[in-house]
Amino acid sequence: MLTKTLDISTSPHIQRGMSTEVIMRNVVYAIMPMVLFSIYAFGTAAFWVIFTALVSCLLTEYVLCKLSGKESSLSDWSAVITGLLLGLTLPPIFPLWMTFCGGVIAIALGKFVFGGLGMNVFNPALVGRAVLQAAFPVAITTWQEAFRPDRFTTIPTSLKAMPFMSPVFDGVSGATPLSAFKFDHITAPAAELAFGQVSGSAGETCAILIILGGLYLYARRMINWRIPVSILGTVFLFSGALYLLDATNYPSPVFMLLSGGLMLGAFFMATDMVGSPLNPKAIWVYGAFIGIMVVVVRIWGGLPEGVMYAILLANALAPQLDRIFKNRVYGTVKRKS
Amino acid sequence: MNESLWNIFINACLINNFVLAYFLGICPFLGVSGKLETASKMGAAVTFVMLIASACGFGINMLLTALNAPYLQLISFIVVIASTVQLVEMFIKKMSPALFQALGIFLPLITTNCAILGLVLFQTAKNYSFVQSLVYALGAGAGFTIALMLMAGLREQLDFADVPKVVKGTVLTLFIAGILSLSFMGFSGL
Repeated sequence: MLTKTLDISTSPHIQRGMSTEVIMRNVVYAIMPMVLFSIYAFGTAAFWVIFTALVSCLLTEYVLCKLSGKESSLSDWSAVITGLLLGLTLPPIFPLWMTFCGGVIAIALGKFVFGGLGMNVFNPALVGRAVLQAAFPVAITTWQEAFRPDRFTTIPTSLKAMPFMSPVFDGVSGATPLSAFKFDHITAPAAELAFGQVSGSAGETCAILIILGGLYLYARRMINWRIPVSILGTVFLFSGALYLLDATNYPSPVFMLLSGGLMLGAFFMATDMVGSPLNPKAIWVYGAFIGIMVVVVRIWGGLPEGVMYAILLANALAPQLDRIFKNRVYGTVKRKS
Repeated sequence: MNESLWNIFINACLINNFVLAYFLGICPFLGVSGKLETASKMGAAVTFVMLIASACGFGINMLLTALNAPYLQLISFIVVIASTVQLVEMFIKKMSPALFQALGIFLPLITTNCAILGLVLFQTAKNYSFVQSLVYALGAGAGFTIALMLMAGLREQLDFADVPKVVKGTVLTLFIAGILSLSFMGFSGL
């Protein structure tokens, strides 16, 4: 007797085995080296900041899913990515209670309000960071120099600030390469930037590791290569043109590429599948927009770094771009308008 | 005042965007940003009214300064804006009844749009020349249109999102407005 029953299913019948969960887990793999490097470079402080961001994101996700009666979305790993990225974009001596607020805001206002993963038109980690930047402008621009000898033995006092108290920063603070350029016109050498010998946000300093992580994701076809290529290409060409015009006032394009959060943003934040456009042509424009905004803010703006704002604005622009570059439906004539 | 025209334009359009930095003209920003089609036309209407109001406002200000009666400023600005809106309303009703329907109450409400009155008051306070005033109005109108269209694009995309019940509608729009406003902070100091 035949015991086997027929499986009836709808197409697609052949699958690549790429679920949201698999992709997100791989992004976490790609982020891990940066996390480890930031702990190596900034010591226990970086660990606590990243850990707090992670915990607050996971906790918020859990509580909100519980409250709204939705199935828990913790297992899709997206909250882990948001938490890690938020931690990596913060200064390593950022007070922990502020970090915690940032994580709650990132998940609640950046993702949950819009209906969860897949609907979050803005990158959640950047929403969290933008709110922190607006709320705590001093704390978020106070940096520590990398590779302090006592980085594994002491915890900076600013980290332990009580909630709703302003933090006390330990004496020495290191300027990031971008703020050093902006306010003192000093550009750091490229090798130091590439290998993370400089000060900055926890995860943005070592450009090489970020590029390797990005290449890994590209090799597994998990990010669209057009996004980082168009962003970095635009920054290189635009700042290169300025550098050729006037090398004394404008930084070299290599410095622009390697400094600040540009690499991290280009490979891990702008490539967010929800916030970026779908059409290839639209993606080129999206990337070029980010690139131009970054250079404009860094060189002429009031802030030393503009990657976060550039990506948020581009996220807002993405639906428009998709609309403008909509593919012509086959067999129709382009409507004159 | 000898600010360059380009500076005035960028300032009104991006850095001090009327909607996202000054929080003026929020009612049409929330009310007509549901559809891209109506949003862009509302933007055009507001820009037009701004240009006319700015030109008239400049003339009135000169007149009132000559007559030494600056206390009439506010009331005469409002009259000018109201009559311009009437003009636009008649024009749209005649030319495009569909758009007239879509804009609904928000069209006559341009009359009380604080962005327009704000524009005229700002340009007077900043002592802009005639050309500067027009460029300022154009920048403010462009900034208003940009904000409105960005919002409309996002809202159209979120039409199908599984938004929690408590934030459906205006609440979500306000949240988006907040995030847009945060991201416009990047332009500060340009």
